[in-house]
Amino acid sequence: MAAEITAPPYRVIPIIPSIKPGAMEGLKPFVASDKIQEALGFPGELVEDWEERAIAKMGELLKKYRSLKVYLDACVHCGACSDKCHYFIGTQDPKNMPVARQDLLRSVYRRYFTIPGKLFPKLVGARDLTREVLDEWYSYYHQCSECRRCSVFCPYGIDTAEVTMAAREILDSVGYGQKYANEIIGKVHKIGNNLGLPGPALTDTLEGLEEDVKEDTGIDIRFPLDVKGAEVLLITPSADFFAEPHIDSLVGYAKVFHAAGISWTLSSKASEGGNFGLFIGSYDQLRQIALRIREAALELGVKRIVVGECGHAWRVAYSFWNTLTGIGDGADPNDRFAIQLQKQLDQRYKQPSHICEVTWDLIQKQAITLDPEANDHYVVTFHDSCNVARASRMGDMPGGQFEIPRNIIRAAANKFVDMNEATIMEKTFCCGGGGGLLTDDLMDLRVKGALPRMEALKEVVEKDGVNFMAAICAICKTQFTKVLPYYGFNMRMIGGVHQLVSNAIRLGDK
Amino acid sequence: MSVLFAVVFYVAALCLVGGVGYRIYDYARTPAPLVIPTTPAPTTKGGVALRITREVVFFESLFKGSLWTWGFAMLFHGGLALVLMRHLRYFTEPVWGWVDLVQPFGIYAGMVMAVGLLGLWGRRLFVDRVRYISTPSDHLMLALLILIAISGLSMKFLDHVDIIGVKAFFLGLMAFDWQPLPSTNGLLYVHLSLVATLMIIFPFSKLLHAPGLFFSPTRVMPDNPREKRHIAPWAAKMEVEK
Ligand code: HEM
Ligand code: HEM
Ligand code: SF4
Ligand code: SF4
Repeated sequence: MAAEITAPPYRVIPIIPSIKPGAMEGLKPFVASDKIQEALGFPGELVEDWEERAIAKMGELLKKYRSLKVYLDACVHCGACSDKCHYFIGTQDPKNMPVARQDLLRSVYRRYFTIPGKLFPKLVGARDLTREVLDEWYSYYHQCSECRRCSVFCPYGIDTAEVTMAAREILDSVGYGQKYANEIIGKVHKIGNNLGLPGPALTDTLEGLEEDVKEDTGIDIRFPLDVKGAEVLLITPSADFFAEPHIDSLVGYAKVFHAAGISWTLSSKASEGGNFGLFIGSYDQLRQIALRIREAALELGVKRIVVGECGHAWRVAYSFWNTLTGIGDGADPNDRFAIQLQKQLDQRYKQPSHICEVTWDLIQKQAITLDPEANDHYVVTFHDSCNVARASRMGDMPGGQFEIPRNIIRAAANKFVDMNEATIMEKTFCCGGGGGLLTDDLMDLRVKGALPRMEALKEVVEKDGVNFMAAICAICKTQFTKVLPYYGFNMRMIGGVHQLVSNAIRLGDK
Repeated sequence: MSVLFAVVFYVAALCLVGGVGYRIYDYARTPAPLVIPTTPAPTTKGGVALRITREVVFFESLFKGSLWTWGFAMLFHGGLALVLMRHLRYFTEPVWGWVDLVQPFGIYAGMVMAVGLLGLWGRRLFVDRVRYISTPSDHLMLALLILIAISGLSMKFLDHVDIIGVKAFFLGLMAFDWQPLPSTNGLLYVHLSLVATLMIIFPFSKLLHAPGLFFSPTRVMPDNPREKRHIAPWAAKMEVEK
């Protein structure tokens, strides 16, 4: 497998590719073992009566999720979304067109849940749920990064990510889960983070980091762990603790807190910002993982919760934490933990806040000072991460999620250019590795899916000499580090926004 | 013949109103457990109302998505809207004032609608991506609408019908006081049969896109999750259990 992975050629002018049926047929990420499955309460292997159970599950989800129900009915096959998916652009497989991806599930929905589909299946494109269809689901619902780009262009806002999540939930419920995502969720429950980094190792890592930063700057910058009574609890993706270039952003957060004199702490219990419950569409997992953070916040008695650079973590934190854990408003009166948390947190701040909101606020209040000259060796561009761009917000105004990170970059570096406007902000392209696809067994897909972003990057590299692409997502950073070389770029071109902040921030005199 | 059409239209109307009504009820009772607007999104209900208005009137998202489709879609839906308004004169007595005002445009609207439909069909036939996703029913739906438009236009320009009689028939239906349908003209029967078909399939087909838009969580939810807690009844139960 590994040897043949190559990047697709750049398109001459970004024209819409023609379709190549079957191009990615049969691509399958590793299936979860029985151990992994059972740890999450899913059947260990494909159950015997999978057909019945899958249909029953679909019926259940149709009652629980308005999105699914409306989206399966409403699509008019207009095709506006058909050329919007980076996986379609990169692979040309027509089943990677968002509408065709939905149709894999929709065809079965029609057959079992609608009158025309029961009477005239051929006419309305309805299909029985056969083993081939199930395998097709497994394959193509693991070729979607749930990035929601398609939903921007659909006249009804049909969000293929919702359909993908439902499909994955059905697959899990019949014992046909994906190894990568489900294994990671198991690790969060057992160890506290996605990477399976146990507490003592975390302590070591942070101590090592303090020494490194001291060597670099001559200043004692702390990376506190489990400090009771700290003001801020920082929840960040575990990749920030040791992966490159993620760690440079962690140093950036620490310097910001240091310079502003804010006491902060990490938690060994909730040493993970990521929440893969989102990717597999499981409300229950989403909630359980979110509750770990609530517990940690209560134990440590913090006043604020701040989330580090991670796209889907920010979506979950911003859009879902309040729903899942009652962190801000309107908790069930019987839910004493939620009530206690609301009392404990300082509601003058947005709860939770994104680290970019915190940093930008401090810059505006002149509580920290940046010297942009420190980044003069960089010409910077910014990759909007999909979950931040299309599924959350920062600040008070819609679109703050685009402005605030760019404002920080402009404050931290003198040279900044944006990529082609059809590829940024709400129209941003996924890095190609989101949504639970960041695994080596999908490398071919990941490389191909990065094509549109790489094309946009190439344009500004050639035109403006860009040599640094900033992002605020751990998955984006990992994905680009792997994928950039396939397209002839240096893997160190990718880095965090707070990496730039880290270079530019003035320490000591504040 | 009059009796047959009377029965058919009662059935069709029942199907349309009952079917769409049930769908709306069904959408409305299904909870949306998580806050999932496609952002940047308005943060208030007023903002959401504006967003939906822009979607309904201008097809804002489609405009971003595909200019060609948007153009034909606007022609078709704009024409359709005018035609339907013009048709109100068969069902109201006295005819409402603003319906009178629409009359002169209505004539062209029928043609515009047909052009839009042909454009959309062309896309379906000649763009490989759209052809790939089309099912037979997608083609039939377009054929049905085009035939309705052609039969209607033919009555206008080729072979006139007794409009007064048609009106009397439908007013009669609505008042349960049956009148004969004018029988001079086969085109009218064609037009009416096709329209009845359309009404019957509406609640079972992708025509549900019209009510669906108003229930699409990515478009109708305000972006305020940090300020306001949003929780579905089935999800709230999980909290009590704990
Ligand atoms: C709230 C009202 C409505 C809105 C906002 C709306 C919007 C849209 C949009 C955006 C499209 C996609 C673009 C296209 O393919 O034309 C579409 C398609 C379509 N609409 Fe509507 N529509 C509405 C009402 C209706 C009604 C009442 C009919 C019934 C006759 C209808 C029939 C269709 C058909 C047949 C298509 C598919 C065209 C094709 O095959 O390409 N629409 N609509
Ligand atoms: C029960 C419902 C309907 C009745 C009684 C009806 C009747 C008629 C009549 C009598 C005409 C001829 C007008 C003239 O000669 O001036 C006509 C024209 C037309 N009809 Fe209908 N029709 C109905 C529903 C529809 C629907 C649902 C559509 C579209 C989807 C439609 C589309 C047209 C068009 C495009 C024309 C030609 C342009 C115009 O005169 O406005 N009709 N219809
Ligand atoms: S959500 Fe993203 S990855 Fe999935 S179909 Fe839509 S555009 Fe493609
Ligand atoms: S844009 Fe929306 S309605 Fe059009 S084909 Fe795609 S999902 Fe269906």
